[in-house]
Amino acid sequence: MSSFTALLVRDMQLAIRVGGGALMGALFFLIVVTMIPFAVGPDLALLRRIGPAILWLGALLASLLALDRLFATDHEDGSLDLLMMSGMPLELTVATKAVAHWITTGLPLVVIAPLLGLMLNVELHATGWLALTLAAGTPALTFIGLIGAALSVALRRGGLLLAVLVLPLTIPVLIFGVAAANAAIVGPTPFGPPFTILCALSLAGLVLGPIAAAAALRHGLE
Amino acid sequence: MELKAKGLTCNRSGREVFRDLSFSLTEGQAMVVTGRNGAGKSSLLRMIAGLVRIAAGQLTLEGGRPDIPIGEQAHYLGHQDAMKSSLTVGENLQFWSRFLGGGRPAEPALEAVDLAALADLPAAYLSAGQRRRLSIARLVAVPRPIWLLDEPTSSLDAPSQKRLAELMRDHLGGGGIIVAAAHGTIGLDHSHELSLGWV
Repeated sequence: MSSFTALLVRDMQLAIRVGGGALMGALFFLIVVTMIPFAVGPDLALLRRIGPAILWLGALLASLLALDRLFATDHEDGSLDLLMMSGMPLELTVATKAVAHWITTGLPLVVIAPLLGLMLNVELHATGWLALTLAAGTPALTFIGLIGAALSVALRRGGLLLAVLVLPLTIPVLIFGVAAANAAIVGPTPFGPPFTILCALSLAGLVLGPIAAAAALRHGLE
Repeated sequence: MELKAKGLTCNRSGREVFRDLSFSLTEGQAMVVTGRNGAGKSSLLRMIAGLVRIAAGQLTLEGGRPDIPIGEQAHYLGHQDAMKSSLTVGENLQFWSRFLGGGRPAEPALEAVDLAALADLPAAYLSAGQRRRLSIARLVAVPRPIWLLDEPTSSLDAPSQKRLAELMRDHLGGGGIIVAAAHGTIGLDHSHELSLGWV
């Protein structure tokens, strides 16, 4: 347990210190969402209708932005070797890193989403629901991205590979995330089914992501 | 405790690095692995650490803990120092000590490598030799029986090399095993030598 907290605290410290990725995601999210109304034009009804989709897309891209470096930095400075030589199962090690990443990158997105929703003419009460769908869905994005991050280290290909591998896998999260948000905001479909599927995707990611990422890292050792 | 290798063969991306390597080391023994660049010195150390796949042969640790892999009973001091620039010297060491499950406080280990005065300095400001010493402090902070040292004296000044030799002697005196890859001497009087040649 102390290994778990030690790694969690270290990764969170690294993320919030100078050069860390914690604020990057939130800033990127802010910029993407700010740009959209300029591109779409001042059509308030249209913005309101596509608001949830834009927020979800922005969150998706922002949460994958910093994920690329999740194992790469540890690989470059040799930390990854030592992480693999500890008594902690590799699956738990990578899951811990993902949790720390979500707390420092995913959670800020959930927190600022209501504020950005207002910029897209989404009503105040509806932004709460939207934030709830993001809170339920962004862990799935992190844990799916975890697999890509491990693969890009194992295969020694960075950046673009992650996006190409991971983005298609996030489509179900996007579909049910936006469906749940729309159901809460405009109706008439019920909120329950897409939201529970979203939760299920996060839980499945929590289990499968670390197993797949650890397998990728083990395979990468040569 | 005895570290035994029998017929070890190493393949890296299809190329055979070394084959049929056998040695045995008991408590308090050190082995210096020599050989030209690319002869497989680092590969051998990483293989013992469990970071490179064993293509053929056997590696066993008799008298160690059978329930955990050899890599978890060994320290690996590689070319990279595994220290984060944005954390302080103390935080870096404390993290590895807590994560690897040493339970020992970081201060005495920092004393041992003469870095105690710099404990609150971000690791980014350390020189190459100081970073090396910080990595060595990790071996002191977390007790593990096998030390795998890849050119441990590189970028260390003469007093630090002497200090490292003392730490290695202490470790051997306490029943530890050392496998070191080196081009020159590492300051140990009685050590076995394993010379890796081209295959």
